[in-house]
Amino acid sequence: MKITNKLVEEHGLKLEEYSKIKELLDREPNLLELGIFSAMWNEHCSYKSSKFHLKNLYTKNKNVIQGPGENAGVIDIGDGDAIVFKIESHNHPSFIEPYQGAATGVGGILRDVFTMGARPIALLNSIHFGSPENKKTRNLLHGVVSGIGGYGNCIGIPTVAGETKFNSTYNENILVNAMAVGHAKKDKIFYSKAKGIGKSVVYVGSKTGRDGIHGASMASAEFDENSEEKKPTVQVGDPFTEKLLMEACLELMKDNSIISIQDMGAAGLTSSSVEMAFKGDLGIELNLDKVPCREEGMSPYEMMLSESQERMLIILEKDKEDFAKKIFDKWDLDFVVIGKTTNTKKITLNYKQKIVADIPIDALSSKAPQYQRKWNKIKLSEKKINIKDLKKIKFEDSFLRIFSSSNQSNKNWITEQYDQMVMGDTIQRSGGDAAVIKIHNKDKAIAVTVDSSAKYSKSHPKTGGKQIVCESWRNLISVGAKPIAITNCLNFGNPENPEIMGEFAESILGIKEACEYLNYPVVSGNVSFYNGTNKKNIYPTPVIGGVGLVSKPIKKVNHILKGEENPVLIVGKTFGHLDQSTFFEEIYSINEGPPPEVNLLNEKNNGEFILYLIKSNLIKSAHDISAGGLIVALAEMCVGSNYGIKIEKPKRLSNIFEYFYGEDQGRYLIEIEKKNLEKVEKLSKKNNIFQEIIGFTQKNTFELKGELKINIKDLFNINNKWYYNY
Amino acid sequence: MNSSVIVFPGSNCDRDIAVALEKLQFKNRMVWHKDSDLPKSDLIVIPGGFSYGDYLRSGAIAAKSNIINEVIKAANHGCLILGVCNGFQILIETGLLKGALLRNKNLKFLSKDVFVKVVKNDNKFCKKYKSGQIIKLNIAHNEGNYFINSENLKKLEDKNLIAFKYCNQKGEINEGSNPNGSLNNIAGIFNENKNILGMMPHPERMVDKTISSEDGINLFSSLLG
Repeated sequence: MKITNKLVEEHGLKLEEYSKIKELLDREPNLLELGIFSAMWNEHCSYKSSKFHLKNLYTKNKNVIQGPGENAGVIDIGDGDAIVFKIESHNHPSFIEPYQGAATGVGGILRDVFTMGARPIALLNSIHFGSPENKKTRNLLHGVVSGIGGYGNCIGIPTVAGETKFNSTYNENILVNAMAVGHAKKDKIFYSKAKGIGKSVVYVGSKTGRDGIHGASMASAEFDENSEEKKPTVQVGDPFTEKLLMEACLELMKDNSIISIQDMGAAGLTSSSVEMAFKGDLGIELNLDKVPCREEGMSPYEMMLSESQERMLIILEKDKEDFAKKIFDKWDLDFVVIGKTTNTKKITLNYKQKIVADIPIDALSSKAPQYQRKWNKIKLSEKKINIKDLKKIKFEDSFLRIFSSSNQSNKNWITEQYDQMVMGDTIQRSGGDAAVIKIHNKDKAIAVTVDSSAKYSKSHPKTGGKQIVCESWRNLISVGAKPIAITNCLNFGNPENPEIMGEFAESILGIKEACEYLNYPVVSGNVSFYNGTNKKNIYPTPVIGGVGLVSKPIKKVNHILKGEENPVLIVGKTFGHLDQSTFFEEIYSINEGPPPEVNLLNEKNNGEFILYLIKSNLIKSAHDISAGGLIVALAEMCVGSNYGIKIEKPKRLSNIFEYFYGEDQGRYLIEIEKKNLEKVEKLSKKNNIFQEIIGFTQKNTFELKGELKINIKDLFNINNKWYYNY
Repeated sequence: MNSSVIVFPGSNCDRDIAVALEKLQFKNRMVWHKDSDLPKSDLIVIPGGFSYGDYLRSGAIAAKSNIINEVIKAANHGCLILGVCNGFQILIETGLLKGALLRNKNLKFLSKDVFVKVVKNDNKFCKKYKSGQIIKLNIAHNEGNYFINSENLKKLEDKNLIAFKYCNQKGEINEGSNPNGSLNNIAGIFNENKNILGMMPHPERMVDKTISSEDGINLFSSLLG
């Protein structure tokens, strides 16, 4: 078949990229080879626009066993234990087919984690939808939530935390980011790097079907009105098979028979085999006649580009084939030797006794195009809005509107569709600042959270990047965990647009600055570009997944008020920053001005102070103050509690809306016992921490003197009704 | 006490059950679904999960498996059998327990803590609880909406074969405290000999104070004899 310009473009390649392919091969590729290049050179697999900037991230410290570049990141949590985790996007497929898109997003990220020898112990997700009024939103929300639940519930890994947000920026391009966290022995981590020549390359798991062909290329282009036609490129998930595959792999990993292992994710058999050979500086030869196929008559092109789920590629030690096959037989999974490692540094594909593709590995990897795209700096906007110039509203009315809004509502409707308790180690479930999962059979736990703040990032990407790292850090601190490391999912628009590239570059600088200051490195991640439809790009949405350690003895801390007449303190200074706040957005539909400033020194000091108080048993409950400001955070502490709070207006109050809705950073609320008040005040003075009493807990009522008084049962209903009515 | 936990492909609460049993000093064995020999057991547990992917219908394929024949034999000889969640669904599919488990009333997977009332403690599974005791357990299922025809329902009631009923914190059994639409708020039932218990809530998820609570522990300790 003659490779025409049209064919090149259909493969998502630019004509100059095609010239480079011919140069690297020193000939024209055939159709199969073109397909392989397109799969490896697309944005999703090659990181061609992002690599240059990703280098800036802070990725190493003494806790990092494996940073970015592997299937997942690995951190050391002491006692020979390691935590393996990563977040990944499945935005494009989920918009086209929400249930399967979200389900296979979960499946894919789980494979990334158990490929490395870890048993997955927690799932998290960050999902962003268009405005609730948008016709598509309801269907997408229902589909995505049941897809996430459908996969996690069946495979039996608890879905313990997440965030769900609505904004019209996602009307035509939703975000579905899934994160998986696993536990491994520090000295039993498996990598994708091939070693040795003539070793068996083994295909295990499901059969290869015609689903998901060119999925990665789809994820590397913008949508248009014909996106619906892309449905066949979405993969179909089978969590039951993945459960079998996971158990079989973990069983085999107890032995020393695996040299390297790689899951077949985006670009399936192509990227997994190239990746293993590239990392090992070797070649790989596959016999495609051996590939287990779901349908008869599948072509090499289809086999190499299929994104059928629940498949793995393993390179085995010599003579271990029979031993390994027994394990996969037990689990009723395919196990076929389909090739071997070679010293040719090429990928060579044989089919029906003919060589059907023969490509140097480096042409597909290190020599793939890299772009330093043009990017524009983004200015911090000057403050424009003065609350005094806006139409007056009663405080109570504003609170009721915000606390029952789509974005501030309780997410019980969602989390009740996820099994949060399976595996029996979930200490703190969804709904708090972070979830807490016990390390099985040990007296320690990890805390996990996932966060984003697209509005801040849109206004000033660098501050937004910094802020979201800090929020992740605060959420872990609030449950008594020492933050260890993060994974990031960078969701952006079209990188060929210098404005978007500017958002990306500056976000990374912000993330880097905060990570470095807090010694909170990035160990894994994913970039998702081209989130937009018909040239309309989404808000820059970096999503941060954080992991922290709750060391022994485990102290259970959450945000729910625990007693009566306990003082509630606000730690950190309140300035009343309303630009980019939930209050301005929900009440006045204003989205202007700069995001709140991030002061890393205060963040660090305040966080360490809270952690110290928790360790010293001085805290009954703790909560991070974030979107919605002080009043929303206080109300959240009452939802699900038997106690409310009587809030006192501070004496130096200049404006009630600024004080209670301002989104100043670095703040926490803590409930302590009266008898410890003096002690805590002394400690904060000694450590130079700003704190003030905001009120005292009381039975049944949430109250701000002279402004609002609500029974906590009603408060619960106000906070819960939105989803159930939607 | 010797216990066996049956492991089907797709079982996912097998480890959790084993942890609970071992905590109470049961001598526990995991039994793979392809085995046709069942170790001598005083208690057999069929755990939760998605056996064989729950394709066709929840529990339907497991009810035709190799090992289940052995379980049925043991049950007919009076061995104690506990089926939790998917285990309950499997016991229904084998016919060892009567009735059916339909899709939840709201047609969604439902995972939350619920209160259940221990109806009576005059049986081997509940004797460490008080009759009428209210305990908090966790549910997580898609098909837990118990149904039985009126004739058989009368039998269950007359013969005192309802083990647990969903209720609220105060013990009230009504529509508001029924999470999934189950007939008469039924959360668990016995066979006529009361050596088989099937229940949707997960007692094994409530056996550790550091993690959740200990409300489920008495079910296992009751069985110790």
